[in-house]
Amino acid sequence: MLKKLEAPLAILGEISHRCPLSCAYCSNPIELIEKNKELDTDTWLRIIDEAADLGIHQIHFSGGEPTVRKDLEQMVEHAHKRKLYTNLITSAVLLTRERLEKLKKLGLEHVQVSFQDSENENANRIGNFKGGHEKKLEIAKLVREFDMPLTINAVMHRQNLHHLDDMIKMSVDLDADRLEVANVQYYGWALKNRAAFMPTKNQLEASMEIVEKARKDLKGILVIDYVLPDYYAKRPKPCMGGWGRQFLNISPEGNVLPCHAAETIKSFKFDNVKDKSLSWIWENSEPFNKFRGTDWMPSPCKTCDRREIDWGGCRCQALALTGDINAVDPTCEFSPLHEKIFGSAAEESSNEAPEFIYRLYSNKEVEPIKK
Amino acid sequence: MKERLLLKSETIPIIPKHVRFEFNEVRKEWVLLAPERALYPDKIAIAVLKKCDGKVSIQMIGKELAEIYKAPVEKIIEDIIVMLQDLADKGFLKEC
Repeated sequence: MLKKLEAPLAILGEISHRCPLSCAYCSNPIELIEKNKELDTDTWLRIIDEAADLGIHQIHFSGGEPTVRKDLEQMVEHAHKRKLYTNLITSAVLLTRERLEKLKKLGLEHVQVSFQDSENENANRIGNFKGGHEKKLEIAKLVREFDMPLTINAVMHRQNLHHLDDMIKMSVDLDADRLEVANVQYYGWALKNRAAFMPTKNQLEASMEIVEKARKDLKGILVIDYVLPDYYAKRPKPCMGGWGRQFLNISPEGNVLPCHAAETIKSFKFDNVKDKSLSWIWENSEPFNKFRGTDWMPSPCKTCDRREIDWGGCRCQALALTGDINAVDPTCEFSPLHEKIFGSAAEESSNEAPEFIYRLYSNKEVEPIKK
Repeated sequence: MKERLLLKSETIPIIPKHVRFEFNEVRKEWVLLAPERALYPDKIAIAVLKKCDGKVSIQMIGKELAEIYKAPVEKIIEDIIVMLQDLADKGFLKEC
């Protein structure tokens, strides 16, 4: 047990960066980890043991696409034995009835399926994967058939927000427990495509109304999570519930990160599970300690009455948009750069949306499915 | 479409299979584990959740707790319904 710190609540295990989809809003880093650098099965099983010994409650198997790993079954089985609550965050396109049934038997407790749209053609265009949407629907139905709770993760933006109502209806029809309306975050690859995804202010206002109404109408039927996109917010989000407070993220090669975008901070050296234990890293790793708590905060954060609510927002975003890792998150209206960035978002969204620059695992750009 | 579960005093509540209410031996605390959520119930909520085993009604739970905490039973039942309704609306509680 840790002496000084509370143990994290959950681990996000990015077990592979490989993915069959080519979503242009992929938030994974520009440089993806190759297959031969991925952690082996035994190391993941050891991580699971260390997590359980620390008192961590949950493990989210994610990626990339976690089902590309043939040893996912072993990881789920072991995590369940060690009483971690197991969650699969998947695009679902590689899953089969047999595999899902096996995962359930081995102890998988919850499945989150991502959707690119509620409408077939647009969904497959956005993910650049033919037949993807149909497959997602099939797997989502199976999740419920196997009596597992289902979360729909709907990545929303300028090119599908007009289908938000349908997306909510689709989630109810699929008997999902929860719908996560995830506005695109402009990290990693996504930043290349910001102009193609940035919603207009009108779209956002309409979507907030839709969500508010649906939350009332569907109380006790569907939980809807909705977070205002950063570019239109007045206050930053408490990224990961605060840096190094509740979550840790493990990259495919074993780097332990405070959030999945943290490797965009090039000045940091992240500790790796191959060299150090999880508990050592959580307590001692320099990047974790750098922005923990409130001592590091710049003015005006330091004296802000929301300092222990927002926890200074997102460090990766502060760096990406201001060039200074220690700066106030520009999402915040008290950032000197807030107006400038808000303005650029509105301007981008008022122009015609450019073609996507699709992402491919090989890092090459791919030919898009035409509109 | 499924319907919202509205709790009444005769409802027999049960924690569904996909939600785990358990004592974490490392942290030495009770936790309610649900999809992508971990909730820490307070002392009274722990006492209530321990009774949500699909065998007794909210009314029975209320009566028992009213004796332990020396409080009026109607008020306790009212409080239990408010607390459990919130969990039911999130899908973390069902009726038996």
